[in-house]
Amino acid sequence: MTILSVFDIGLVVLLLGIGASTIAAREAFAAVIGFVVYGLLLSIAWVRLSAVDVALTEAAIGGGMTGMLMLGAVARLRVAKGSDTRASLPARVAAGVLSAIVAAGLAIAILSPPEAIPTLAPMVMENLAQSGLGNPVAGVLFVYRALDTLLEKVVLILALLGVWSLAPDNVWGGIPGLRVYARPDSTLTFLAQLLPPVGIVVAIYMCWVGAKEPGGAFQGGTVLAAMWLLVMIAGLTSVPSISQTWLRVLVVVGPVIFLAIGLAGMVLANAFLAYPSGYAKPLIVAVEVALTLSIGVALGLLAAGPPERVQQQ
Amino acid sequence: MPDANVLPDATTTDGALLVLAIVLPAAGVLLSFVLGGRYAERIASVLLPSGLFLATIIFADVWQSGHPLIYIVGDWKPPLGIALRADGLSAAMMVAMAIVICAVAIFAHADFGTRPGSVEARAPFAFWILLMAIWGAMNMVFLGGDLFTLYVAIELLTFAAVPLVCLDGRAETLQAALRYLLFALLGSILYLVGTALLYGSYATLDIVLLSRQVRMEPATLVAATLMTIGLFAKTALFPLHLWLPPAHAGAPAAASAVLSAVVVKGSFFIVVRLWFDVMPGMLGAAGAQLFGALGAAAIVFGSVVALQQQRLKLLIAYSTVAQIGYLFLMFPLALDTAAQLQGGGALTGGMLQAISHATAKAAMFMAAGLIYATLGHDRIAELGGAARALPMTIFAFALGGVSLIGLPPSGGFLAKWLLLEAAVATGQWWWAIVMLAGGLFTSGYMFIVLSSAVAPSSEPLKLRVAVPRYQEAAALALALTSLLLGLVALGPVDILLVGRPDSMMVGPR
Repeated sequence: MTILSVFDIGLVVLLLGIGASTIAAREAFAAVIGFVVYGLLLSIAWVRLSAVDVALTEAAIGGGMTGMLMLGAVARLRVAKGSDTRASLPARVAAGVLSAIVAAGLAIAILSPPEAIPTLAPMVMENLAQSGLGNPVAGVLFVYRALDTLLEKVVLILALLGVWSLAPDNVWGGIPGLRVYARPDSTLTFLAQLLPPVGIVVAIYMCWVGAKEPGGAFQGGTVLAAMWLLVMIAGLTSVPSISQTWLRVLVVVGPVIFLAIGLAGMVLANAFLAYPSGYAKPLIVAVEVALTLSIGVALGLLAAGPPERVQQQ
Repeated sequence: MPDANVLPDATTTDGALLVLAIVLPAAGVLLSFVLGGRYAERIASVLLPSGLFLATIIFADVWQSGHPLIYIVGDWKPPLGIALRADGLSAAMMVAMAIVICAVAIFAHADFGTRPGSVEARAPFAFWILLMAIWGAMNMVFLGGDLFTLYVAIELLTFAAVPLVCLDGRAETLQAALRYLLFALLGSILYLVGTALLYGSYATLDIVLLSRQVRMEPATLVAATLMTIGLFAKTALFPLHLWLPPAHAGAPAAASAVLSAVVVKGSFFIVVRLWFDVMPGMLGAAGAQLFGALGAAAIVFGSVVALQQQRLKLLIAYSTVAQIGYLFLMFPLALDTAAQLQGGGALTGGMLQAISHATAKAAMFMAAGLIYATLGHDRIAELGGAARALPMTIFAFALGGVSLIGLPPSGGFLAKWLLLEAAVATGQWWWAIVMLAGGLFTSGYMFIVLSSAVAPSSEPLKLRVAVPRYQEAAALALALTSLLLGLVALGPVDILLVGRPDSMMVGPR
């Protein structure tokens, strides 16, 4: 047994243990912490499976952003009355049975794999050169299946609209109810001054390197969102009201540029979402830059929540 | 074996129309989001009718040529890229849904209208953007030729539909929306796991390519089962219907209409794609009977519960639960002797049922909304005098009921006729009994509502508001569409078979 397989077995045991304790946790807060740790361990597992892109996404979205949203929900539940209501026994039994059936089905499917596992990977690599990209994941996202990627970004905007639509009518267009912990000279303030320059560089790097190596708009955008939230929570910058035009423009700029380049492809290249030969890489990088901004702002606003107070003039 | 007509070979002439059908709504959503609530309605009022126009052109094109339209996105052919395909089913559903959405848009002007120069308000801003998103998502469901593209489409559909439920912000509608979201997300996850398993087995998610390779093996069966359960949850097929009645009954009238008429048909359409197009030989006799049994249970359960309702909107919502059941009766009826799902009378009947239910149910929810607005309540027992106050609305409601019951010449009649014919032809008399019983139940609850509405009121009616005439007209127009849908038997009903690998192709006309 090599040291790596010992590591892998340990990782799997840890994952199962954290997963079980997350389910068993009686406190919502403890469960969320378990979930975040689970997400981080899972991203290590993806690294071990050589899926670095997936690992980055899992760490950023699965562990980080989702964990943040759930912590926000727990905080709100504490304020609201009746936060300790547990799901009824039949609901819990039903959830357990459903999970067991899905797990059993997956076990059947995965334990009896076909003799030769078919894959498109060679075909993806073969055709990647003409786009000038080096990262096959970026190739799938922006070259072969660009339509899916484009419309997933529209889904993100709809999710944001769904959150905003929960606002009371009289504060529409107001400021999201993000909690601000503004205490001068606290550690939070210090971190909020120290981290953003570094975070922004990391986000730009992730976005830029995504064309060649693991990384890309979603991971970069998540880092941007985290930095933005940090300075807002520390009270170093104010939370903008959702009626600001610049804010709305930033949310849609990525999908709009993506769509425009896609439509231009109908004239300048052979098809919708095709790139003129020789220009594929610069165009894709342009789309990724715009998407990074849009994703960063949209995720930040999702975490900030629906508007809660009217803008003071 | 798939016919040469459905090869994902190349973009056909006019294939670019399919891109337009997806790009227009997406552009409408993005533009409205930036320009804000003052312009969202105006953008929708330009784009939604153009969407209907576009769908009609695609319909005419497919019908006349007798061939599907195909567009290869990004010039990358499947399996690497994505193909959009409009066969007969897609074209017919696109037109039907565009009609319903346009009628809903006209109806919604009264509740979500924005005057020029007014400030942006929450509900109209959200409503118009979500309506355009639903239109785009449905087009994508109908045109997507790839199982993952269809996943993106139902995600779009879910995120557009859920906020509509709680648009008026009352606590119980928030609860209904949350329950809907949980069911829908569960459905998404199960569907996504299934697509991952299929990709792992066949290295493609293209519907045509998959249909040639698909084999009976454990991974495929598990994938198909998970995807089907997920889609059933989104379609609210019994026993996964629990989320539907509170969500559809609690939403504002225009939203209820679009949720009940349009949104549930999206996931249903993917079930049809999956079993008729991707794996027509996999369902087998037992599976088909199970689908039928769930449909039958939905009809009986939904109808019986509808009969007991005190509130009009809840009655209509439970009626949706029952009518969804009819859609699944086509599976056992479409199975041929070689245990293959065939596109014939049963499939045509099922799709017609989807279309006629969409038009009739939208009309009924609109009518219920107008009754609620006028009387200030929707208690069935106290509807007396409503027919005198709102004759056009009650007439629209009754015509919708005629189609649900299946009286000639309605679309419901033609649909149930085709399904009954298939039941007789395949010797499955038990489904015929279910359909006839369902018709009786439907007549029952329609009778309860109508007899209450046409009765004179015990005390002089206090009318809350005078509803605009165009709202009544929108409901009536949809009800009339549903009533006259049966006449398609004389014309374009065979479009539903265009592009089906197993049908005899109709040549160019």
